[in-house]
Amino acid sequence: MAELTFRNAVLAALAQEMERDERVVLLGEDITSGGVFKTTTGLVDRFGPDRVWDTPISEQAIVGAAMGAAMAGLRPIAEIMFSDFYAVCWDQVVNEIAKTRYMTGGQVTLPLVLRGANGFGSLGFGSQHGQSVENWAMCVPGLKIVSPASPVEMVGLLAAAIRDDDPVLVFEHKALYGGKAPVPDGEHFIPLGEARVVRAGSDVTLVGLSITVGMCERAAATLDGAGISAEVIDLRTLVPLDAQAVLGSLAKTGRLVIVEENPGQLGWGAAIAALAAEEAFDDLRAPVIRVSGGNVPWPVAPELEAVVDVSPDRVVSAIQTLMKH
Amino acid sequence: MPVTQAMASERRPDISAQTALYEQMLFIRRFLEKVDVLYRQGHVHGPAHLGLGQEAIAVGAATVLRPEDYSIGTYRGHAHALARGAPAEAVLAELLGREGGICAGKGGSMHITSVERGYYGSYAIVGAHLPIAVGLAWASRIKKTEQVTVCFFGDGAVNIGAFHEAVNLAALWALPIVFVCENNQYMEYSPISSMIPVDRPAASRASAYGLEPLLVDGNDVFAVAEMVGAAVDKARDGGGPALIEADTYRLKGHSVADAGAYRPAEEVQRWRGQEPLVRQRAALLAAGTDEQDLIKLETRVAISVSGLADRVLAAPAPDPATVWTDVWADGGSRWRN
Repeated sequence: MAELTFRNAVLAALAQEMERDERVVLLGEDITSGGVFKTTTGLVDRFGPDRVWDTPISEQAIVGAAMGAAMAGLRPIAEIMFSDFYAVCWDQVVNEIAKTRYMTGGQVTLPLVLRGANGFGSLGFGSQHGQSVENWAMCVPGLKIVSPASPVEMVGLLAAAIRDDDPVLVFEHKALYGGKAPVPDGEHFIPLGEARVVRAGSDVTLVGLSITVGMCERAAATLDGAGISAEVIDLRTLVPLDAQAVLGSLAKTGRLVIVEENPGQLGWGAAIAALAAEEAFDDLRAPVIRVSGGNVPWPVAPELEAVVDVSPDRVVSAIQTLMKH
Repeated sequence: MPVTQAMASERRPDISAQTALYEQMLFIRRFLEKVDVLYRQGHVHGPAHLGLGQEAIAVGAATVLRPEDYSIGTYRGHAHALARGAPAEAVLAELLGREGGICAGKGGSMHITSVERGYYGSYAIVGAHLPIAVGLAWASRIKKTEQVTVCFFGDGAVNIGAFHEAVNLAALWALPIVFVCENNQYMEYSPISSMIPVDRPAASRASAYGLEPLLVDGNDVFAVAEMVGAAVDKARDGGGPALIEADTYRLKGHSVADAGAYRPAEEVQRWRGQEPLVRQRAALLAAGTDEQDLIKLETRVAISVSGLADRVLAAPAPDPATVWTDVWADGGSRWRN
């Protein structure tokens, strides 16, 4: 078993799938030299220039080309260096990629992956390189959304995204890239749409995604000492959503805390909270609480970042409030 | 600006081939006119953007493509689908929201697509399909096939970023793609000349990407076939992309809801005399075709379109249950369990 960083897990998944299927091709900015986050290092040497293409800074062309190539039978993976940059190619993502299969009555299939760095993590990237934007995609039917929480999860979920016959957006939290964890040898594949119970508990359900899964785990460990048993669920994918995993856990615990990096005013957690209100009202013993990113464009000074970022401490105090209800 | 022009082709094919092209353009013209009438009668749900007067570009280009080649176009794309051989009845059913629509009632007038015939869609966000077309051509390059992509777009698209990103990448990667700008002189309601700081919407931009400025009389079906054909051959042989500007004129408004009253009457009159069907008919007569034969052909086409419309009007609406199909590759639309 090897220890892999999150960034090398991305690389491992890409290599695993490029080895498995020659239709898998990559394009993006600076990717032959490994990319800004070093997630594609060495792939051009291993698979050749026909499989790994450097592009200009030209996100509409990158994403559109991925779509056209997918229609023509390839399985392209486009790197969007920072997910904030989806804003400059969002038409391609939401008006073209998300809708063309439907608009053509199923005449085309779009097996493509858009992937890249996402998230805040108090790294000083600020408002235009530090956003978590899963929520942008979640309001658009036709896009699958993956956001892995650990290296082994990254390998398996990215592999599943690449093998999926639909467009999948994979959000890689940039604050996780450097973290290491053991990844068993061999091929990995984690089906999309199956949440993971990271830790069983009976008093409260904590729902996280990507970087907030680890925050939930740390909060749960802290609460153990206070005699509060927290169950932690990693959603893994927002679409398809494993709603039953959340509802099933809620039936057991009766309390729900959702931890997201999206801004609270409309993050993905709002959809989970609505699910609980609409379908699990009778199970709820307390209000649903969301721990979300602050409703401001992200600041840069560390003391300001700390105010708006989510953290295990904020999760702990949310649960303590909830348990007093 | 030095521009390579193909104005009126001297190398015309034999008379039967010329007649076939005339018939194809005429069928599209009658089809579009029928859509206009059906819209006014309340049968077309939503807008429709007709390419009346622009038929020679779609037909001329289609003649030089192989069945496996890709073409792709805009919301003014009925002619492009029909010219590749998309079934007219299914196209009309789509416009009328009837069962059997080529996009199952989910695309409508602006998204006519016939993958079976190599027409990879009509896109309604101006300029958006140029990057997608680049992707089709990129795939041909990677798969080492001989497939060429022809991408049609309007003059209004040259001012949007996607145009520049797409042409730039196609030229950088020397992809097998031919961009064809249909300059119908109007960006929606505004003369294109009032919206560009250069002489020509596409040809004046070509040099920015290291491409030759190419201009063709888009109302001469043979000139179009000749220029697009040469560009397609070059692209197929690995010579990279081309950017062609085809001059034409939209005989009616931007959409069926627009009377086009902002166009000077003298201008409309002048272009009416130069529209492709008038010219092709005159060319056939000059080449010795018996007018009675043409009248027979024209009657046959009119009857064919009329019968088509009657059949589609009699068709039922799509099954409401089908609204939930075809979001995902598994055929369904389920986003959660």
